[in-house]
Amino acid sequence: MTRYVRRFSRTERVLHWANAIGFLLLLATGLILYLPSLSVDVGRRPLIQSLHFWSGIGWVAVLVLIVLGGDRRGILRTAREVDRFDRDDARWLLGRRPTPQDRFNAGQKLNTVLTAAFTLLFLVSGLLLWFGERDTRFRFASTVVLHDGLMYAALVLLVGHLYLAVIHPTTRHALRGITLGTVREDWAARHHGKWKPQ
Amino acid sequence: MSDSTIEPSGVKVGRGVFLATVAGGLASLYWGRSVWSGISSALGPVESHIPLLPNGGWRIYAVSGSLPGFDPATWRLDVAGSVDKPLSLDLGALRALPKAEQVSTFHCVTGWTVRNVTWGGVRIADILAAAKPHASAHALRFVSAENPYDDYLTLEQASLGDVMLAYEMNGKPLSRAHGAPLRLVIPDMYGYKNVKWLNRIELVPREATGYWENLGYDQDAWVGRSNGYGS
Repeated sequence: MTRYVRRFSRTERVLHWANAIGFLLLLATGLILYLPSLSVDVGRRPLIQSLHFWSGIGWVAVLVLIVLGGDRRGILRTAREVDRFDRDDARWLLGRRPTPQDRFNAGQKLNTVLTAAFTLLFLVSGLLLWFGERDTRFRFASTVVLHDGLMYAALVLLVGHLYLAVIHPTTRHALRGITLGTVREDWAARHHGKWKPQ
Repeated sequence: MSDSTIEPSGVKVGRGVFLATVAGGLASLYWGRSVWSGISSALGPVESHIPLLPNGGWRIYAVSGSLPGFDPATWRLDVAGSVDKPLSLDLGALRALPKAEQVSTFHCVTGWTVRNVTWGGVRIADILAAAKPHASAHALRFVSAENPYDDYLTLEQASLGDVMLAYEMNGKPLSRAHGAPLRLVIPDMYGYKNVKWLNRIELVPREATGYWENLGYDQDAWVGRSNGYGS
């Protein structure tokens, strides 16, 4: 019989999917504003702008509420996990395999850290764009470059993440962990050899 | 099992990466644009073959729900106000005027720039020569088919050598997204002065505030020295 171990708590899973939905909503409305062909076909720029802005505010607010209302100590523990990189992580990032990894491998830690930093930068540059349109004190010539550059960088992370989570045969079992919470024990042993599930 | 026994080992690198990324991103508010324009001008020759950005870096801004369309059979540019001879020019009449061509750079006040845009159209002087403005007229109001968009230039600003009414962009008829069939081009001023979907010019005694000026943008939108930049 296949044995399963718990990889992600409910708070972690809700946080992940709220982040995913928020990001995709922002990507969709953002691309309509950004890509000329979509801008022309869809039109309604003022409406799309408001949708994009309020999706962004809603996105960040929901993430904060999930952490505050969920398992706060668990999330803090997770943050400490992704903060720490050891020798095995360095080896793993250099492409040396097999290197035993913990609950998160080094790539997942890096993805989490960068995603968090991008979220904050998206929020700040987005607010500057919104208020800069209304007040020159908030206007910087480079805000658009930053916001667009973040979009490209986040898109690269997302494509890599989706490939590993949905397509790549040996890693895509991880999708079960982030949806249902549990993964196969033998898969966990193979990919996360240092991790000792509770 | 207590929390401390499952504390992961290793060095706290993640917070460093987080802070460095955030700090680098915020610092780019000061250097991002110059670095990006350095890259894009260095890649200029390549960019004409392989666009670095979608549609050459243009973004299509509009203030209303849909982009105005036009019917070539009925479209007119009206020139009215303080003139001896009000005009109502169709596309054929516009194209019959002396054709001007120029290559200029387009700057948007939000921070993006498109270099080396080839415009084809007519100089405002040729329109004014036909309309004969009164001596009391010192400014022009440019009215867009996109209600309620309008903006103003002084006669002096409108007579700068590279100001034109463009009906062609990069060798093709102006597209709907760029203001078909006619737009104002004034490269020395930010895009919001470059009124798209232009269908009416009024000669007026003096400037009033246009659409974006009513929302707090500068009347004289000189690139690099207005709207909070370069001051």
